[in-house]
Amino acid sequence: MNSPLVSESLDPAVFRQLHIDLAGILDRPNLLSESEEVTPYECDGLSAYRQRPMLVALPEDIDQLIAVVKTCHRHKVPIVARGAGTGLSGGALPLSNGVLLVLAKFNQILSIDQKGRTATVQPGVRNLAISEAVDQYGLYYAPDPSSQIACSIGGNVAENSGGVHCLKYGLTVHNILQLKVVTVTGELVTIGSKALDSPGFDLLALMTGSEGMLGIVVEVVVKLLPKPTHTSLVLAAFDSVEAAGHAVGGVISAGIIPAGLEMMDNFAIRATEDFAQCGYPIDAEAILLCEVDGTEDEALAQVDQVTAVMKHFRATEVRIAADEAERLLFWKGRKMAFPAMGRISADYYCIDGTIPRSQLPHVLNKMEEWSKEFDLRVANVFHAGDGNLHPLILFDANIPGELERTEEFAGKILDLCIEVGGTITGEHGVGIEKINQMCNQFSTTEIDQFHALKAAFDPNTLLNPGKAIPTLQRCAEHGAMHVHNGELPFPELERF
Amino acid sequence: MSDLSKQISAQIQQAADQNSAVRIQGGNSKAFYSRALDGSLDLVDVSGHTGVVNYEPTELVLTARAGTTIQELSETLGEKNQHLAFDPPVLGGLATIGGTLASGFSGPCRPYLGSIRDHVLGTHIVNGNGDYLRFGGEVMKNVAGYDIARLMAGAMGTLGVIMQVSLKVLPKPQKEATLCFELAQGDALSMMRELGDSPIPVSGACFDNGRVYVRLSGSEVGVASASKTLGGETMSDGEAVWISLREFSHAFFDTELPIWRLSLPTQACPDLSGETLIDWGGQQWWLRSDAPIKEIQFAAAKAGGHATLFKGGDRSGEVFHPLSDTMMQLHENVRLSFDPKRILNPGAQYPS
Ligand SMILES: Cc1cc2nc3c(=O)[nH]c(=O)nc-3n(C[C@H](O)[C@H](O)[C@H](O)COP(=O)(O)OP(=O)(O)OC[C@H]3O[C@@H](n4cnc5c(N)ncnc54)[C@H](O)[C@@H]3O)c2cc1C
Repeated sequence: MNSPLVSESLDPAVFRQLHIDLAGILDRPNLLSESEEVTPYECDGLSAYRQRPMLVALPEDIDQLIAVVKTCHRHKVPIVARGAGTGLSGGALPLSNGVLLVLAKFNQILSIDQKGRTATVQPGVRNLAISEAVDQYGLYYAPDPSSQIACSIGGNVAENSGGVHCLKYGLTVHNILQLKVVTVTGELVTIGSKALDSPGFDLLALMTGSEGMLGIVVEVVVKLLPKPTHTSLVLAAFDSVEAAGHAVGGVISAGIIPAGLEMMDNFAIRATEDFAQCGYPIDAEAILLCEVDGTEDEALAQVDQVTAVMKHFRATEVRIAADEAERLLFWKGRKMAFPAMGRISADYYCIDGTIPRSQLPHVLNKMEEWSKEFDLRVANVFHAGDGNLHPLILFDANIPGELERTEEFAGKILDLCIEVGGTITGEHGVGIEKINQMCNQFSTTEIDQFHALKAAFDPNTLLNPGKAIPTLQRCAEHGAMHVHNGELPFPELERF
Repeated sequence: MSDLSKQISAQIQQAADQNSAVRIQGGNSKAFYSRALDGSLDLVDVSGHTGVVNYEPTELVLTARAGTTIQELSETLGEKNQHLAFDPPVLGGLATIGGTLASGFSGPCRPYLGSIRDHVLGTHIVNGNGDYLRFGGEVMKNVAGYDIARLMAGAMGTLGVIMQVSLKVLPKPQKEATLCFELAQGDALSMMRELGDSPIPVSGACFDNGRVYVRLSGSEVGVASASKTLGGETMSDGEAVWISLREFSHAFFDTELPIWRLSLPTQACPDLSGETLIDWGGQQWWLRSDAPIKEIQFAAAKAGGHATLFKGGDRSGEVFHPLSDTMMQLHENVRLSFDPKRILNPGAQYPS
């Protein structure tokens, strides 16, 4: 599918001058314009949307980056930042009239302050590389998205990424101290500090999760934590998704904040077991993976508590990972769930709605119902502890109409998330993918406020235009679509 | 329990129409902290906008109207054995959740369990146009739209009247203990820093008059084994130390001198003249001093942090640490995006 972003084409004369100016800043291999050169950058992790960028710029240092930004600003040409391109909401989808600013060359860990427990890193550094580099000091960087081998810390900041351990250790916003940001006019500002707070507004929180709309992150100071001395994993099986959902609430009610609490449904269990052979009980309707950590005494005491809760909530089987190897094996299945789905289906579509935990059984049942209606299979593997759903809808983009049907199904799930008091996105961002659902979650005055805030940083809307916050015009059109639902091109759906 | 959303929105709308500025007040427990506001401005009184709107212990979420007191929240949560982990000051029962968020106040556990901004999940505000707006929500993870909910923390009411706050709440720890060690300042700073090198359940560390106090909060076994590892003397009335810091009721705060709060990187040792009391494991220094403002600001900045004139001194001068020109411009832009007529608490943070 092409880009759902409509952009005006750039005046050829402006393009020529821009190209000349950028060529004066960047070496030839770092400025790409030929079709075959820019095609690898046409999409991020949401490959349903593709658009070749007009130009790809790969600056090598901050001076070059600033010069690129200033040049684009002078020519009023939009910029889309790109980290590793693993984003799942089309946030890094390029523009046909814009420059894709790739941060891949900013891949250095600049310094590690062992005593202060911080690391100063460039934005293109991979998430996992940080923990690997500080492992020798017994430290790690807590947020661990499943994509951590590949995704960049700059992208993590832009999306406020979470991971399986964020229930206890927080999201990106809780684990960074300072950013260096290049503004749209090419000024370098420092936001935050190595102290625990800074004077003025909390722009550090504002920048986190702002999807490349407010500035380009060029340096990040992250907090590091001491590695827990002991970690244990409990695997509990249930004969219904509902029972597993109740057990999640039970763990929390017991006063336990596990390091991670993840759920997989039967479909996901079977698919991953086939793929990764991690010893999951394939007959279970749902499993919970509950990790606890701390000192050895603490962790062991919590394992007993968790086991008791799971049994109380009628787990059909409770297993405690016998050793580190088995713990990693149990996690392997969870982490391989996405690729496992990729093996059994041509395409899958990952949803990121977040709901109050108490709504888990209701929402999961509803999805099962709709799965039949839409005739699309859904696998559930998600962050149950914080109510962050990741239903994976399986489809085949080559079958005409399947993608559209998938998107419609996804839209319904997101609307349900809003309805039960949740949100359309917990960690993957709005990007271009969920832009229409923003109109359902927020009022027009709220959306106006978002635009006003954006204009405070970027009055000409040159940073990642068209993403994250819908124009009110777009909302009006989307609203109209909703009203005419019955006339949309899937009349067959109405029969169910 | 009463809902003043309509009245307060209408009041701000009217103020905007008439271009007349207002001052926002909750329990009036932190008036000492802000830059001085013009007392003749119309008052927006949020203290009557009260009540817990939603509290679901298994969700670990509580939503309350902004005028609800911290004391009431603590009592409500206490019934379910939960608490606000950022441990904000109660200030004689007057402090409200809205004022606490606007001021960005968190207690001694801040370095270990996070600040109020870390626990905010959503807010409702009335911006300077009188629009009632909702941001964030009641779920743990939410990245739809910019994080305006957290942006309210420490903004001193200059971006909107905070109307409602949703917070992440946590189970109370099973056990707490306070240990005491006699140490010189240099060793004390090192010791407090080192506490973070291993995953022990620390929830407070301060240095007061030749003594380091360390609070542990966690499971029975966790606290017992950490106490054994750390040694020191276990205090019978340890809780009093932390309350006196949290409530600013410690004798240190009883002074005519200006009180400064320095927020610093771990193990910083700023060059200061005046008496100090060190909290947050070395990251928050209280200073009693009438040294020139510039001197204190310089010392804080040199140590990698910033200084706030917390209480006393010249409240019409610089209270919060000055920003660079670019940052000041950015702040002004952000402020105008919420309050185009500059009517909300003008000058509470920086001169308007
Ligand atoms: C298999 C898989 C599993 C995943 N699991 C998780 C998970 O568990 N949790 C989770 O939260 N996410 C997950 N993700 C999503 C994704 O990995 C994260 O959103 C990640 O943070 C994106 O990082 P990136 O470097 O790839 O960013 P990109 O995709 O390159 O960009 C993402 C957004 O950030 C902006 N951006 C990138 N760098 C900068 C910068 N330096 N300055 C300003 N803006 C910038 C872009 O413009 C874009 O809007 C997963 C993705 C995949 C493919």
